Amino acid sequence: MITLLVLIPACAGIVTFFVASDRLRRGLLIFAALTQTALSLETWIVWPTPVLCGWLAEDALGRLIETLTSVLFLAVSFYAVAYLREERSQPHSDIEEGFIFSNAREASFTGCLLLFLAAMTLVAVSQQVALLWIAVEATTLASAPLIYFHRHHRSLEATWKYLLICSVGIALALLGVFFLAVAATSPDGSTIALMMQDLRLNAHHLNVPWFKAAFVLLLVGYGTKMGLAPFHTWLPDAHSEAPSVASALLSGALLNCAFLGILRAQEICVAAGLADFSDRLLLAFGLLSMAVAAVFISGQTDYKRMLAYSSVEHMGILAVGVGLGGAAVFGAVLHIINHSLTKAMLFLVAGNLLALYRTKNTDGVAGVLSVAPASGVLWLLGLFAITGSPPFGPFLSEFTILKAALDQGQILIAVAYLAILAVILAAMAAPALAMAQGTPAEPVAPARPRSMALSVAPAMLGIGVLVMGIYMPPVLSRALREAARLLG
Amino acid sequence: MMMQLINPILVLLVLSGFMLLGSSRLATCIRSVAFQGVLLGLLAISMQSGQLTISGVLLPITTAVVKGFLLPWLLSRAMREADTVREVEPLISYNLSIISGAVVLALALWLGERLQLPSQLPSSLLVPAALFTSLVGMIVIVSRRKALTQVVGYLALENGVYAFGAAAALRLPVLVELGILLDVFVGVFVMGIAIFHISREFDHIDTDKLVALTDRPR
Repeated sequence: MITLLVLIPACAGIVTFFVASDRLRRGLLIFAALTQTALSLETWIVWPTPVLCGWLAEDALGRLIETLTSVLFLAVSFYAVAYLREERSQPHSDIEEGFIFSNAREASFTGCLLLFLAAMTLVAVSQQVALLWIAVEATTLASAPLIYFHRHHRSLEATWKYLLICSVGIALALLGVFFLAVAATSPDGSTIALMMQDLRLNAHHLNVPWFKAAFVLLLVGYGTKMGLAPFHTWLPDAHSEAPSVASALLSGALLNCAFLGILRAQEICVAAGLADFSDRLLLAFGLLSMAVAAVFISGQTDYKRMLAYSSVEHMGILAVGVGLGGAAVFGAVLHIINHSLTKAMLFLVAGNLLALYRTKNTDGVAGVLSVAPASGVLWLLGLFAITGSPPFGPFLSEFTILKAALDQGQILIAVAYLAILAVILAAMAAPALAMAQGTPAEPVAPARPRSMALSVAPAMLGIGVLVMGIYMPPVLSRALREAARLLG
Repeated sequence: MMMQLINPILVLLVLSGFMLLGSSRLATCIRSVAFQGVLLGLLAISMQSGQLTISGVLLPITTAVVKGFLLPWLLSRAMREADTVREVEPLISYNLSIISGAVVLALALWLGERLQLPSQLPSSLLVPAALFTSLVGMIVIVSRRKALTQVVGYLALENGVYAFGAAAALRLPVLVELGILLDVFVGVFVMGIAIFHISREFDHIDTDKLVALTDRPR
């Protein structure tokens, strides 16, 4: 069963590279996404049995991230089919600089999407620390071609930065895995296997200085991939230059997978009684990321970069939540879901705006509500949600983290957290409102009627964001509590 | 018998790091990381105590073949296709590169002293040499202009990490070792393709000229 979760998208991905028919290839994408989501939902009814000597197994945290990835991918795949149908395969002119460029082969794009899903699923179900590393590196390699779909110099620059910075970061994480293996070796030569279960059980026998060094390396390595400041420099470039389909997956699904790498290290820290050490680091990086994001969101003129920096902010919120410990961890795990749904929806809507207005500049977009009412409403609601307004999901999780900080007496952190959120709310609300209202400077008319899926896919995600803010199913809250329990 | 080989191998590893820092020709840089790859295979075999096992020999040989021949071949091909000036053109002078290498060597020796491995090592040079190789890779990545040289730096960083794994005699499962190797291989392969596209798009592979993407505040 777990093997199928990884193998279905992997095989479908390899096959799509060689399918010449557009219709068949797109059908295969939807089919793989549907089957994989169905299988992930089934894991909520029966726990799947571990395979490969326990290397691949579902636990509360992994299952949550795995299912979230599948659901997001399903919504994105419907959008992708409609998007690819509209995207011209002939060379066309660039929206910013006017030169002529062509797209990469659609077959390689679809194939890489599916391989990317397979790699992310492997990250979520890995119980072996080194296997998790291999899977995270595989996500980088599968997603780099996605960023270079539009073959022009800007996307190429973004791809190169992404490849190089993330690979170097991930190489440091590998050193962290090796340090962890050293920490797991006792002087008499006996070793603890690098399996999450063994590491948690025997955490007290780990060599403390080596383990601390390992944690720092893992935090820096996976933190680069996750977009924690100051290692976030690749993120705004990659997210703004990638086609919106890929941006939605990078932001909504990939960042969680990188965060999972850090969470696995945190689980061992908590079990070893070293939570004080790791919590301080997570808090520092988290607050720094939030602050850096606030600076760059203020006065941002590119709405896709604005969303990208907002991802840096929310990764910071996740780190702060886990760093605070206690009830805040529950909030952080809940925030993983809320941020993913909201951000994926916003990137998909941003793709619609880009297709309509042919500019990424916030000043070039006006009157979305009258030109494309569905996209306009979703854009506004999405921005309210991402900035933490009630009654949406992110409000609930951000509030849980704030309340936990206050209850713990961490007044300074609570004040900084709230102040940064307020700055970002102000900085994002003004351009978002201006984009939605008013009348467009020049008449905007779509070249042809646009597919329903381009609005329905983000709308489904939006409904998810709303539901998460109003009602939490008991099975979900049980799973969240279970996931949070291991993280202190 | 094999143990006596360890120290010479480590000395050669450090020397190849300096060769990487000091050479002005791209081909020499590629050759020095290729040399490192072969050294790593030898190191992993020499670290085996007692009876040699089949997987204990095959894995290092695979590593040596991939890192010593396959990846350098990919890089040389990328260099030919990019048809670039075959000079390194560093952002800092070669003298400064060598000096920073010496500083980093001192740092690695100091760190090796501080970081005591739980198990007894056959050579006190093992950890410093591995850390030095990684740090040289970092220096090359940040101080060189060409995309190709940055990939060479990434390989040196990866070689250093691998050398640390060999030095600490981590008994990783075969599947993991192969997975790591596969990731590095595909990584360099994808970077090679990216370099080909960069050279076609820009007529150069100078990463310091890739500056189109920035934040433009109001």
